[in-house]
Amino acid sequence: MTMIRVENLKKSFGNLEVIKDMSTVVEEKEVICVIGPSGSGKSTFLRCLNRLEEITGGHVYIEGVDITDPKIDINKIRQDVGMVFQQFNLFPHKSVLENVILAPMKVKKSDRKASEAKAYELLDKVGLREKAKAYPGELSGGQKQRVAIARALAMDPKIMLFDEPTSALDPEMVGDVLDVMKQLAREGMTMVVVTHEMGFAAEMGDRVLFIDGGYIVEENVPKELFGNPQHERTKAFLSKVL
Amino acid sequence: MDTIMNAFPYLMEGLQVTLYIFAIAIVIGFLIGLVVALFRLAPLKILNWIAKIFVDAIRGTPFIVQLFFIYFGLNSLDFISLDNTTAGIVTVAINAGAYFSEIIRAGIQSIDKGQTEAARSLGLNSTQNMRYIILPQAFRRMLPTITNQAIISLKDTSLLSVIGVADLTQEGRIQASATFDAFNVYLILGIIYFVVIYLLSMLASFVERKFVLR
Repeated sequence: MTMIRVENLKKSFGNLEVIKDMSTVVEEKEVICVIGPSGSGKSTFLRCLNRLEEITGGHVYIEGVDITDPKIDINKIRQDVGMVFQQFNLFPHKSVLENVILAPMKVKKSDRKASEAKAYELLDKVGLREKAKAYPGELSGGQKQRVAIARALAMDPKIMLFDEPTSALDPEMVGDVLDVMKQLAREGMTMVVVTHEMGFAAEMGDRVLFIDGGYIVEENVPKELFGNPQHERTKAFLSKVL
Repeated sequence: MDTIMNAFPYLMEGLQVTLYIFAIAIVIGFLIGLVVALFRLAPLKILNWIAKIFVDAIRGTPFIVQLFFIYFGLNSLDFISLDNTTAGIVTVAINAGAYFSEIIRAGIQSIDKGQTEAARSLGLNSTQNMRYIILPQAFRRMLPTITNQAIISLKDTSLLSVIGVADLTQEGRIQASATFDAFNVYLILGIIYFVVIYLLSMLASFVERKFVLR
């Protein structure tokens, strides 16, 4: 089943055209890693997938629904599309547990007991059950990011978007977060991951998208893209990061 | 000393009126401030303009002129009839509302936009985002400035004595002329205001400590 279909996506900020023309398809249970130089439009691409950025042109279909259609209820779509941010964006005035149960209770109207049971299960999964009562300010970066993943998973999303989830972390924290993401991938979550972790992309990616200058320059299985890049720009980028 | 003992019960009655007016006006003022702030930040241009004109008009005119306009000006119209206490409450509420709206707007804008993005990505609509994520954080940051404005508004209520509201200041004026002891009566008057405002700021810092961001 096709989870995400992107057709001729365009996105401008004022006169600055960040995404010129991008099309791709993400199937169910696929893990897509998005790589590219900074400023290439990869984060913007990701943020268009749940319409955190208003889309300038083209279409994005989530499970067949065109989210560029102003008549659709975007909040309904977003419940199915979890997102994890580079800067975590945990709610600092709420405990870890409250962060995780907020959306299920307020958006899905689940009762507190069921939401908490689910939250503890997810905190177990990311190895932070004992931090349930702590506040975000008391956690390390790696712990924050794992809570953010648990918070997104609490809505039972069908798709997870990761926007450079390890870029703001100290090196020794990166592994814990990547382990959680790997587990998620193995469980069959459909994932789109904007990342600078080439090791993760090579190991977990079903496909890798190389984005540069507002286009998807090259798209292939990691073995081919990393081992046998076709485009000059891909080669140039990989020679710098590998 | 005798004059003070005689005047004191009247001053306490005046204090009750002052606190009554302050309590109602500050709550209404806060709600006005919240609505105007949300207007100011709304995507609709017309709402922005309404909010901006309101704030500019209030900030650009003296409190006493606003009071006279509402009590004498509006009352001169056939279809409006306000007693002086109501006119006083309305003026303090509107005046505080304009200043509160700027405080609230700045507070809302000071919250990182990543918070909104996280909330919206979880499926919260913009109202839920405001209510559960942005406003609770913004209010904690605003509390010291809100306290400040509340104190200013409390002191502004003393101007209502000019239109004859029997507030603390008005009672003080009456007692000062009745007892011929202006020095002691106004000294006591000042001390009462000071104590009330001191207690108010203690309450505010208690609330602040309780809700400190972790």
